[in-house]
Amino acid sequence: MKKVIKGRAYVFGNNLDTDQIYPGQYLELVEAGDIGLHAMEGADPDFAGAFKPGDIIVGGTNFGCGSSREHAAIALQAVGTGVILAESFARIFYRNAINLGLPLLVSSKISSQVSSGDTLIVYMATGVVQNRDTGAELRAEPMSEYVFDILESGGIKPLVRKQLASLKE
Amino acid sequence: MHAIEKILARAAGRDSVTTGQILNCRVDLAEVNDLYPQTILSFHEMGGKRVYSPDRLTFILDHYAPASSIQQAENQKLIREFCHDQGIELLFDVNSGVCHQVMVDYGLVYPGMVLIATDSHTTTHGAFGAFGTGVGATDLAVIMATGHLWLRVPEIIRIHLSGDLSAGVYVKDAILHIIGKLGADYAIYKGVEFVGSAVTSLSVSERMALCNMTTEMGAKCAYIQPDDVTFEFLKDKVKQDFAPVESDPNFQYAEELFFDVSSIQPQLATPSSVDNVRPLSDLVGTPVHQAYLGSCTGGRAEDIAVAARILKGQRVNKNTRLVVVPASQQVYLESLRKGDVEILVEAGATFVTPGCAACLGTHEGILASGEVCIASTNRNFPGRMGHTKSVIYLGSPAAVAAAALNGHIADPSTIIANLEQESL
Repeated sequence: MKKVIKGRAYVFGNNLDTDQIYPGQYLELVEAGDIGLHAMEGADPDFAGAFKPGDIIVGGTNFGCGSSREHAAIALQAVGTGVILAESFARIFYRNAINLGLPLLVSSKISSQVSSGDTLIVYMATGVVQNRDTGAELRAEPMSEYVFDILESGGIKPLVRKQLASLKE
Repeated sequence: MHAIEKILARAAGRDSVTTGQILNCRVDLAEVNDLYPQTILSFHEMGGKRVYSPDRLTFILDHYAPASSIQQAENQKLIREFCHDQGIELLFDVNSGVCHQVMVDYGLVYPGMVLIATDSHTTTHGAFGAFGTGVGATDLAVIMATGHLWLRVPEIIRIHLSGDLSAGVYVKDAILHIIGKLGADYAIYKGVEFVGSAVTSLSVSERMALCNMTTEMGAKCAYIQPDDVTFEFLKDKVKQDFAPVESDPNFQYAEELFFDVSSIQPQLATPSSVDNVRPLSDLVGTPVHQAYLGSCTGGRAEDIAVAARILKGQRVNKNTRLVVVPASQQVYLESLRKGDVEILVEAGATFVTPGCAACLGTHEGILASGEVCIASTNRNFPGRMGHTKSVIYLGSPAAVAAAALNGHIADPSTIIANLEQESL
């Protein structure tokens, strides 16, 4: 996981559901590259074309609510999302992102402090978020140690791989 | 401790647990549906060779039943081959139905268990006093590899329901009313327990609908204390022994909420969020292109029966199509034997293979731009059932049938009251 993430912000509202992040008509796709082509298509059809690796997604409350489809987190990871900052996350989306090693942070007033196109710098270890365009500085909630460890390991797959390998020895 | 905490403690091999604690829980049953071939890919990426416990895994092909594209067929083939190679016997193919109904039909759900599925509506199984929660593909792959999953012990909210539902008003109206008051993110990360006289008087089908919809307020799990209704329902279904638990009387809930259901009128969740709830009476006359009866929320035999009651001897309005998707093959058979399927087919309904169908916009009843749908399902997000410029109203099965009959949103309580008058 990168310690410092700098990118342009794409701001979305409250209750952004996973049907908008990844519409149901594409759920049969399996490869991350194919899935990424439809990222955010239900909310903004131009998103996947405009988004640059390292850019930052900002949401309101209950980000990623609805379906358990991991495609939503896979799609945002496939387009190279640097970090997702939201006021709260729906629980399945949160777990999916952590499991994939896609960084996210909870920051209570973030959507009122950032406009789309602002450049943000995010310090993952401290949770400090700087808005280069407004000068505002916010502090995200600290992550639980358990979750942070999964993220630091690049997701849960490498951890389970290690666990399975040690059982075989 | 709360019953939910006792279930998690037992699964983690502990005597006691506290709110917020992270536990590594043994999973009694893990279910994967056909949206998730990624589960198998993730399992292999983790270095998995043999699944930890094939008899505690089930695969249910419901979201694309039967396949409508080559890619869907390939995904289902991968799942069938995986089950064969791994000795997983609980494979329910495209002739089964929606996972949540199928698991209940086949006696796989019982009080006190930990059930994890790759489907957000796994909260449904709180109706049986089970701990049920949804996860994504990678979490499920962890269970396939290790038989366990980390879970955080949730805060628990208790919702008291009192009073009697009026004629033509259903548990779906009650839960929509509650979600409208509380909001779509009210119960994020939390457990929701339902208690009170208006809960104990509910059928199993209604309890499932109630617990199912807690997902739409963000809940991690739901809970109804098993009682005689539960045990009577389960007695011929569940083969294995099980041990229900009960909450300690001194348990401190994070919140306690009270609703009197007798004052609730028919409700609709209006476009495009489930907490955007209004009285149905405000929307009477809104033209409807598709009326959709189905899903793990509103596609059970009781739901089909109320639609048949409303449409018996009548025709679906010529400007509306009625799509009916029984929640499972067993539900379909039950409705067929009762004569409800015949009534609905004669009324002009289109029956679709039991499964998830158009509830999540994959196939079999997709909406065009500008179309309006009323559905007995659980989500009305933008584009949920098709074009992003189509809209969905969520209501009770009776509200769906009433709209199908009239071609526009109509009050089912008036229709039911008239039918009851006639039958006197």
